Formats: sequence, structure tokens, C-alpha cells
Amino acid sequence: MDSIGQARTRAFIRLWTALVLVAIYLPILCGALAGLSKGRYFGFPVRAFSLEWWQKTVDSFEIHTLVQNSLLIALIVTVVSVFFAFFGALAFARYDWKGRRLFQKVLLLPVFFPQPVLGLALLLWFNALGISPSWQTAVVAHLVWIVPVVTLVIAIQVYSFDPTLEEAAADLGASRLFILREVTLPILWPGIWSGALFAFLLSWGNFPLSLYTAGVDSTIPKWLYSKMVAGYTPMVPALGTMSTLAAAALLLGGGAVLAIVRRRQA
Amino acid sequence: MAVTTLDAPAEAKTLSLRLSPGLRSASPVLVLLVLGFLAPLVTVAAYAFATPKSFDVFRTFTLANFAAIVDPANTVWTSFAWSLLFAFITVALLAIVAYPIAYGLNRVFGRFSGLVSVLFVFPLFVSENVRLYGWVLFFIKNGVLDGAMKWLGLGAGPEVLYTPGIILFGMAYVYLPFMLFPMTLGIAMIPRDLVDAARDLGASRLMIWREVELPLAMPGILIGMLLTFVLAAGAIAEAKILGGQSVIMIAQDIEVAFTYAQNWPLGSALALILVAIVSGLALFVLSRLDLDRILGRR
Repeated sequence: MDSIGQARTRAFIRLWTALVLVAIYLPILCGALAGLSKGRYFGFPVRAFSLEWWQKTVDSFEIHTLVQNSLLIALIVTVVSVFFAFFGALAFARYDWKGRRLFQKVLLLPVFFPQPVLGLALLLWFNALGISPSWQTAVVAHLVWIVPVVTLVIAIQVYSFDPTLEEAAADLGASRLFILREVTLPILWPGIWSGALFAFLLSWGNFPLSLYTAGVDSTIPKWLYSKMVAGYTPMVPALGTMSTLAAAALLLGGGAVLAIVRRRQA
Repeated sequence: MAVTTLDAPAEAKTLSLRLSPGLRSASPVLVLLVLGFLAPLVTVAAYAFATPKSFDVFRTFTLANFAAIVDPANTVWTSFAWSLLFAFITVALLAIVAYPIAYGLNRVFGRFSGLVSVLFVFPLFVSENVRLYGWVLFFIKNGVLDGAMKWLGLGAGPEVLYTPGIILFGMAYVYLPFMLFPMTLGIAMIPRDLVDAARDLGASRLMIWREVELPLAMPGILIGMLLTFVLAAGAIAEAKILGGQSVIMIAQDIEVAFTYAQNWPLGSALALILVAIVSGLALFVLSRLDLDRILGRR
């Protein structure tokens, strides 16, 4: 009796998960369809497909600038946030220190915060400092939100780390730097790698922070939004699809590297 | 004089040596949070008390902005009400939608659960505008749904776009991962032998769920609820892209005050009230949770 019930529960869970996943990817597919349709206005069923809008998007000088801005911001955010988050995660999970509980909670606040409000608050702050918004200020804004997320990602790896390994190395006469390089970093490598992947992808797709803090420098999500509001062209779904594919490729590539790192460790 | 200048660096050095390794590791993040999170919030607070429609922050102190907000002639409270109501409903919807999936990730999918998690994480990396716009293409006249129904001879599709219901749908859609992953961590905290023991002692499946599984998974579920509530309370894109202004959310009022209206002090006062509600709730819930247990320290 119970096992029949359990089998039913399992079947329901599988079906439910599949349905929700279909719903999650449905709009992304709709966008892909619109970008590949011939003609200025989207209609379904699609009468004729063409690569016209993809071609126009790839050729557009404006789009090149957007990709450059988004890429540059994401790369800098990745490098800086992994550095901050690596030490942040050690403080979060590895060391027992007086302020740890408080630090854990303070760190979560930017994550638990509406991003449009954070973007506007940063805009006011930059204004008070006399800094005009540009892609550099967008980097700072992304960091405020992404460093805590990456810290959490790396911290989960740090929890499974055995501190006695570091102590054993120290007892055997290894210097602090040597321990960091030969013991701590290699063990935490999978966490650091997934943290870097998160940092890049979250920065690449971020809209609300860039909207307020990037000033005249536009990014891909910012441009897409402005064109959705006014001046729609099928380049909007085309660029949206390309940006999604780029993120997927990076996630797959990053996931493959992560799997290799994990296997080498095992 | 010379002695003191020589002493100062030496004293600073011993002080830095006395910092615990934890505080030393935390310091880069703490500096970032003070300069990039605390300072902007202080600036917002300062603007909230400045003369309305001015930019002379730190020079005047007035409650006029808050008075304007609570003035009955002003209808801004409806935006607050809508945002909080929608946030509550989003949390309830997501708790129901995400629980079976979170349970499945722990108990049903086995070696596929890594793949399934990645499929749920991925949308986080696609700008939410792109995904919400995809729903517009799905629901719009002659869009995917309407076009497919006409093509099949089922008549026109339902007109759901630009209604409050579609805004809720969009919010549940965008914030699903924020409920799912904390919930999954929470369910992972349930020791299996405890469930087995309860079953051996004759507890029914409903009773096991209510008395054993749910209480043990609660910290993770609470984090998910808090996260989705806070994010949904500050949501803006769903109402703008899918809702077509049928409901004005509070984040939109704040944005309008900052941009078109150029009334930074009023916008700051609104933002400050939202921040007070949201972070008050966040700090209250977080103070009751043991993050070490949830994230995996044994």
C-alpha cells in the first residue's frame, strides 16, 4: 500500500518538475522563434524563417559596443569578486571568530535587497561623491550584489573543508603562503570555479543595477529593455537569444571544466 | 612630536597582528559593503529628509517628504499595498510550486538531480527582461498561444496580457529559483533515519511530513520565503513588461520620483520606507536561523 503511494508520489514529482521546466524554457523559445522569423512583426505560426535579423544584429556597430561593455564589466566583476569572496568565504565558514554570526547576516543583506532600489541608492551615492555614472560605476554596483552571492557559493565548499589539513601542514613547517597555495586553494578549487562562473553569468545578465549605474554606457540587458519599451525591432529577440546562447555555452564549458577538476581531486 | 609619528605605524602594526584571522579575511568584503551598501543607504536616508524637489542634501532637515506620502490626497499607499500583497501571494504560490521539485532534487532524481538543478539555475543568468518579453510573445495577439489556438480552430486565445494576474504569474516565474534552492538545502537537512524511524513506529505519510519533515526543513523554507518576499516586494519589471501599467508597483513609484519627476527627496523617502519594511523582516527572520547548519557545517 505504502509503496504504491510512494510510486505515485514519485511519478507526480517527475511530471510536475517536467511541466515547470517546460514553462521555464517556453518564453526563451518564443524569443528565439521571433528572432528567426522573417518580417518586422511576429506572428504564429511562423510563415517564413530567415537569418536576416541575426545578420543585422551581428553587423550592427551599436551591438558591438554593447557586447564589449557587457563583457568588460563581467570580466572585471569576475576577477575582483572571486578575490573578495575567497577571503570572505573563509571568514564565513572556516574561522571561528567573534564577529562571525554578525558577518554572516550582514553579508546576506545585499542579496536580500530589491535590486532596483539598490541601483538607485548607488546612483545617489555616486552623485554625492561627484562621480558620473559609467561602466566603471556599474562594475562597483555589480560587485555589491555579486560578491555576497559568490561568497555563499564558495562558503558551501569551505564547509566541507577539513581545517586539520592546514594545521598538519603548519606543524610540518609549511609557511602561510605555501599552505594557501598547496593545501587551501587546491581543495577549494571547485567552489572557486563555480563562484567565478556565477559571478560572470550574473553580471552578464544583470539589468536593474546597470540601468541606474552605467550612465551613458549601455549593456546588452539595458539596450534590450530600452528597445522593448520604444522602437522594437526583431533585433531585440535576436540579441536576447544570442546572449542566452552565449551564457549557455559558458555554463556548459565551465561545467565541463568543473567536472574535470572534481574528477582529478577524487 | 617626532616620537608620536614614529610610534603610530608601530602601534598600527601590532593592532593588525592582533586582528583575528576571521576578521582579517572578512575585511575586504566588509570594506566593500560599507562603501557600496551602507554608504548608499545613508545617502538615501539623508535625501529622504531633504527639502522636496531639491538637491540640497545634508543642508536641510524636514519631514515634508514623509508627510506627502501619508497625505490622504496622495494615492502612493496603494502601490505599497499592491507590492506587499503581490509579494505575499508570490511567496505562497512559490512554496506550493517549488516544494515537490525541491523534494525531488533530494529524494527522487538521484544522479540526475545535478542536471535538473542546472536547468533551474540557468534562467538566473538570462536577463529577466528577455524572459518576460518571451511571455509577451507567447500571450500577445497573434502570438504563440493565440496563433496556435486559431490554427487549431479553437478560436482566439485568452486575453491575459496587461492584467494583474499575469504580473503575479511573471513574479512567480522570475523568482522560482530563489525559493527552490534554499528549500532544497532545507530538505537536505532532514536525516533519513529519522523518517525511517517514524515510519517503523507506524506514523502515516502525512504525519511524517507534518511532524518530522516539515519542521526540520523549515529553516531552508523560511530563507526561500524571505528571499522571494523581499525580491517580489521590490519587483518592477513584471508590472512594466507583462502588466502594462495595470498595477503600479512601489518600485515603479520610486523610479518615477527619481527620473521623470526629478524629486529625489520624495523617491528617497519612499525607498527608505520600503527598505525599512524589507530589511526589518529580513533581520528578524535571519536572527532566528543558524546559517552554519543550513549551509552544511556539521
